[in-house]
Amino acid sequence: MPVRVGVVTFPGSLDDRDAARAVRLSAAEAVPLWHADPDLHGVDAVILPGGFSYGDYLRCGAIARFAPVMESIVAAARDGLPVLGICNGFQVLCEAHLLPGALIRNDRRRFVCRDQVLRVANTSTPWTNGYRAGQEIVVPIKNGEGGYVADKRTLDALEATGRVVVRYAAGNPNGSYRDIAGICNEAGNVVGLMPHPEHAVDALTGPGTDGLGFFLSLASHTGVAA
Amino acid sequence: MARVVVDVVLKPEILDPQGQAIVGALGRLGISGVNDVRQGKHFELEVDDSVDDATVERLADTLLANPVIENFSIRRN
Repeated sequence: MPVRVGVVTFPGSLDDRDAARAVRLSAAEAVPLWHADPDLHGVDAVILPGGFSYGDYLRCGAIARFAPVMESIVAAARDGLPVLGICNGFQVLCEAHLLPGALIRNDRRRFVCRDQVLRVANTSTPWTNGYRAGQEIVVPIKNGEGGYVADKRTLDALEATGRVVVRYAAGNPNGSYRDIAGICNEAGNVVGLMPHPEHAVDALTGPGTDGLGFFLSLASHTGVAA
Repeated sequence: MARVVVDVVLKPEILDPQGQAIVGALGRLGISGVNDVRQGKHFELEVDDSVDDATVERLADTLLANPVIENFSIRRN
């Protein structure tokens, strides 16, 4: 049995298809999950993809947080289910309080779309165990509201406990505090990041295959041979 | 029925790039002396009399505002 990874589609999700494709390239099975259906269909992990759920109305991720599927995901995440939030998915995880802090408008007031160098800081999460600590990878970033903010106490705690998962290297694209591109929860099973590893899984359509590690890491975490 | 107004603004320590863009535009409009602008959101709620202050407080704190980055104020008209 391959690992079964749920990919949620909210109204306004854009990158659910790419996330599902990245899952399949890691030899796992992608299971579509629908925002209005609280059933997680027994998946081994969940990805919240990028996009503009509910049109980014109110705040990015603020409405998606109350979708029926999120109630199940929040409960399962607290029980240890691996969850990866990419871009809008990261914003949803922050709004749902599964991750601390918030994402605000980029300090340069522009939508940023480029290939971004990241440094992997935490290789003990289910989503990053396939990388080397300090490894630099290149994945696309594309957001208008990707500035990670939190109060000083939260930032200090994240750093002291190794919960910064990836950092921006070679330039901070959006004013994120302490160059934070992605973080995890205390248990490490919930990871959120603004850059898009699912867009860097095939040299034909991305800057390379550096992002595939997120999806391969999960397969090795769940102990099923890819 | 009553009208309840909830105003939401970014906390003072959170950068407000939209406010900064407005300050820049005011300069180009030929208006000087405006040193800072903070942009926020204004909500007007029509609520039954049975909706008490605690409920309004709760909906503002959980949905209308993100208390991580925003402050809110409530007034009943």
